[in-house]
Amino acid sequence: MPTARKPKKKAVGGSFTERYASVLLAVAILLVWQFAVPLLGLSEFVLPTPLAIGKRIVTDFNLLAAHSYITLLEVLAGFLAGVLIGIPLALAIFYSKAFERAVYPLLVALQTVPKIALAPLLVLYLGYGWWPKISLAFLISFFPIVISTVVGLQSLDKGLVNMVRSMGSTEWQTFFKVRLPAALPSIFGGLKVAISLAVIGAIIGEYIAAERGLGYLQLQANSQFDTTLNFATVVTISLLGVLLYFVLALIESKVSYQRESAK
Amino acid sequence: MSNAANVRVEGVSKTYEVRAGDDVQALDRVDLDIAPGSFVAIVGPSGCGKSTLLSLLAGLTALSSGRLRIDGDEVVKPHPKAGVVFQSDLLLPWRSIIDNVLLPIEIKGLDRAASASRARELLAQVGLQGFDNKFPFELSGGMRQRVAICRALIQEPGLLLMDEPFGALDALTREQMIMDLQTMWLRLRNTVLFITHGIDEAVFLADRVIVMSPRPGRVDLDLAIDIPRPRRWSGIHENPAFQHHVRQVREMFEAKGVLVAH
Repeated sequence: MPTARKPKKKAVGGSFTERYASVLLAVAILLVWQFAVPLLGLSEFVLPTPLAIGKRIVTDFNLLAAHSYITLLEVLAGFLAGVLIGIPLALAIFYSKAFERAVYPLLVALQTVPKIALAPLLVLYLGYGWWPKISLAFLISFFPIVISTVVGLQSLDKGLVNMVRSMGSTEWQTFFKVRLPAALPSIFGGLKVAISLAVIGAIIGEYIAAERGLGYLQLQANSQFDTTLNFATVVTISLLGVLLYFVLALIESKVSYQRESAK
Repeated sequence: MSNAANVRVEGVSKTYEVRAGDDVQALDRVDLDIAPGSFVAIVGPSGCGKSTLLSLLAGLTALSSGRLRIDGDEVVKPHPKAGVVFQSDLLLPWRSIIDNVLLPIEIKGLDRAASASRARELLAQVGLQGFDNKFPFELSGGMRQRVAICRALIQEPGLLLMDEPFGALDALTREQMIMDLQTMWLRLRNTVLFITHGIDEAVFLADRVIVMSPRPGRVDLDLAIDIPRPRRWSGIHENPAFQHHVRQVREMFEAKGVLVAH
């Protein structure tokens, strides 16, 4: 992501085809899809055309928006819990050797548990409301946040710390002037992974037991053989993930420096 | 500089524990008195503890035994009068050049606005006028090290500690930096402790060259360099006094087996 600070790289290979290669490829795939469906005689129940899906998103916009809003809240709540618990935990791991020895191996071991497998248990313990979805979004986004923060803090050039210490810097100043800004690219890397995972967590939660949300809407469409709505939901879920990712990327470009420009 | 500091090193030893039960002695009872306003260079082979000595003086490492004083104050933490230039520039990549130079002002809680013009002046003196709002990645290695020197100088250090500051630079840039450092120091006249393994730059720059032995580091030779200033780099290698001192250092290295004559 270019920032104001970074001089924009000139596009390499000036031709239109090269510059918009990925867009052209996507358009080509959609065109093939659009025309293959009637040519192969596939029914709308099996595979709706991209145009039909697009039309459905427009006509059922209010329905999709209402369910998106629910899913968005679950994702944000889970993700924020991941940040609010994950970052302080990462700081504790970074600053305390004893804490690191006790907690870090446990965390890494727990990371191997597929969080999705916990979904039925969460429903059992937490019921049908908000909590199982938020918990799942939290559990699944929490690890990348902790790990990326710890790694970001640990990978700092020790020379930079000595440099500010030689000026009489307190640990508080060292943290805010050196450690945190240096770790931000790594932390944001983790946050961007986490937000995409949080969407998956919330949707899985809604699959297991829910009365609203995009995951619920998709299962409803499925049971009614409404494949077009099913696809429209998939597209909406994807858009939600992309939107959240870009919000984070935007925040990152405001607060964090770009690592590649440091070299 | 009227605030030039004096330095007393008395019987300083430093032992590092590499692993449990595996100690390395970096310094062995080093004694050194540095008069205020003098330029002292320390030369020695890699691993002779010269950087350890600088780290002790910077208050970044604790000594094992002996005493270390800057202007009479025992060094237990970084001394406010000491400024350090490290081997690599250690500029913060997310800060503009001027913000990098002003970093010590912020850390010491001084008035940034009042120091900004001084920072620009320092940058101009090292040939970096107009670079205030650039970022470190836009500068060459030599320019970055100049910024690092400005960052040390804005603290008005009575004692400037330089740890192989030109070690990472190419030969031409290094030559220019050596000449510029002399010019700068002749204006400031603060106390400088300059760590290097370049015999020629030590003899060229310093009033006094200290030669250290291989590990554990001890003072082998303490030479007064009486070549009149300002010294000129071009032709310095033909200067008999320069040649004499360089030979003295080399002979000491040969006697200690640091350099082997063929």
